[in-house]
Amino acid sequence: MTGPLRIGFIPLVDAAALIVAVDKGFAAAEGLDVTLVREVSWSNVRDKLNIGLFDAAHLLAPVAIASSLGLGHVKVPIAAPFNLGLNGNAITVSPALHAAIMAEISGDPFDPLATALALARVVAKRRRSGAEPLTFGMTFPFSTHNYQLRFWMAAGGVDPDEDVRLVVLPPPYMVDSLASGHVDAFCVGAPWNSVAVDLGVGHILHFVADILVRAVEKVLAVRQEWSEKNPEVLAALVRAAFRAAEYIEQPENRAEAARILAQPERIGVDAEVVQRTLDGRLKISPDGKIRESSRYLLVGREDAARPDPMQAAWLYAQMVRWGQASISPEALGTAQAVFRPDLYDAALGREETLTETPGAIGAFAGPPFDADDIAGHLAAFEIGRPKP
Amino acid sequence: MGAESSPKIVIVDESPIRAAVLEEGLREAGFTGVVHISEMQSLLARIYTLDPDVILIDLENPSRDVLEQMFQVSRAVRRPIAMFVDQSDAASIQASVDAGVSAYIVDGLKKERIKPILDLCISRFNAFAKLQDELDRTKSALEDRKVIDRAKGILMKLKGLTEDEAYVLLRSTAMREKKKIGEIAQSILTASEMLK
Repeated sequence: MTGPLRIGFIPLVDAAALIVAVDKGFAAAEGLDVTLVREVSWSNVRDKLNIGLFDAAHLLAPVAIASSLGLGHVKVPIAAPFNLGLNGNAITVSPALHAAIMAEISGDPFDPLATALALARVVAKRRRSGAEPLTFGMTFPFSTHNYQLRFWMAAGGVDPDEDVRLVVLPPPYMVDSLASGHVDAFCVGAPWNSVAVDLGVGHILHFVADILVRAVEKVLAVRQEWSEKNPEVLAALVRAAFRAAEYIEQPENRAEAARILAQPERIGVDAEVVQRTLDGRLKISPDGKIRESSRYLLVGREDAARPDPMQAAWLYAQMVRWGQASISPEALGTAQAVFRPDLYDAALGREETLTETPGAIGAFAGPPFDADDIAGHLAAFEIGRPKP
Repeated sequence: MGAESSPKIVIVDESPIRAAVLEEGLREAGFTGVVHISEMQSLLARIYTLDPDVILIDLENPSRDVLEQMFQVSRAVRRPIAMFVDQSDAASIQASVDAGVSAYIVDGLKKERIKPILDLCISRFNAFAKLQDELDRTKSALEDRKVIDRAKGILMKLKGLTEDEAYVLLRSTAMREKKKIGEIAQSILTASEMLK
């Protein structure tokens, strides 16, 4: 048994591998004594990880990169040896905005280009009539939600900084804010989209998998320094999370996994709502319409848990596109070095050369992503505000 | 410190008592421009209107993430706002996180002017946590006493004991089972509910 570990998490379904690793005994089987600490904000998780109150954390992938680059806060190099999830977010809109988009749409309502173009027409109409700009909620400045919303609407010609308002909202406040009209839409992880639909205040417009086929979401993060001092503990933690991810991905274990995650001290919602996310079978409108996707949230399948530095490069490119980071080869290198497939492979005893090439980002708009030419890649997008 | 040079401080805290404790401390220390925000709707808009030099927020507040947006380049931001603690201030970060409070300041405000505000904030937050803890313990002691009284009543009625005898029975059972007397009393109450 090693010394007790304190690991922070935010109550979201994509903390599944971490929570199940602890509550189902995979961590104990690796000789780990883990206390999970539920947190209320990403700022808290980041700060407590950075100053050593947490040994590890469930963290937004872009926050891990921002922390290593010293963006927005103190610079603390982070190592991410395990992806807790790919995809898993959704864009939910108010019934009024849903009706407005559907009135303008031409084409498939699940096609993100069609909805983004329709959104552009809604935005233009509102401007002509002197209405307030639409407000979109997302979870954090350095969040996948922020970049996914921006990527989607910009493809339709909506400038996320000029044409609409993007505001940070804590996930537990998202649904209330949509109901009260404080926001017209939001992008957030599970269970909040389903909660909004169940309450009749929102329609799920898109699964993030519509926008990006393969997008890293949360990572298991540790301080780089800690990873160097505690290689064996870290390897044990990666193995425990890996076993938990394998467990969750077996359909016959889903009900038990959902029950564990639903506990009041974990996520604290109905197990049935959690299971919808794990199964990728979601109610998308208050009238009960169901949509299924095999790509809604990937916890371990398709090599989802193995960190891919190309994904880190894509997130860094979004920071550059929207003026959060300057473009430089050094910064790109730092961002990519946060993702540690080497630690993942070592923990699982895998030969690096044996692993397959991971899947591409698969964005619905723009050219295929090229980590070696971020400036050239970003030049293909009309809207954006890179720093001079 | 004159009113003119006193920085404008905003306290974002959903606990009115803790905010009052902090506000009082700040005023006593000569910081006169203190505003308390307890309503989290439109938080950023309110902060921009107030245009503070320092923002203090409790760490139990999910709206901390909303404040992080102030760092972003945006039309809405009128003045750049930076985190108080810089790279060299690890001890300050640690102390404030331990106490459960975080501070944000407007860029340009001198560090030596911030230090006393944060120190005061940390000590008041710690004092409040201690107070809260004592209050919780008193509450649970009171709760225990009520439960014990009711359990005594049940024992007296069912077994024909005097009040003292009922208490002795409760206490000796608690000692034998290595439990708190309140727990034994609670199980008597539960059992009697079930047997009704």
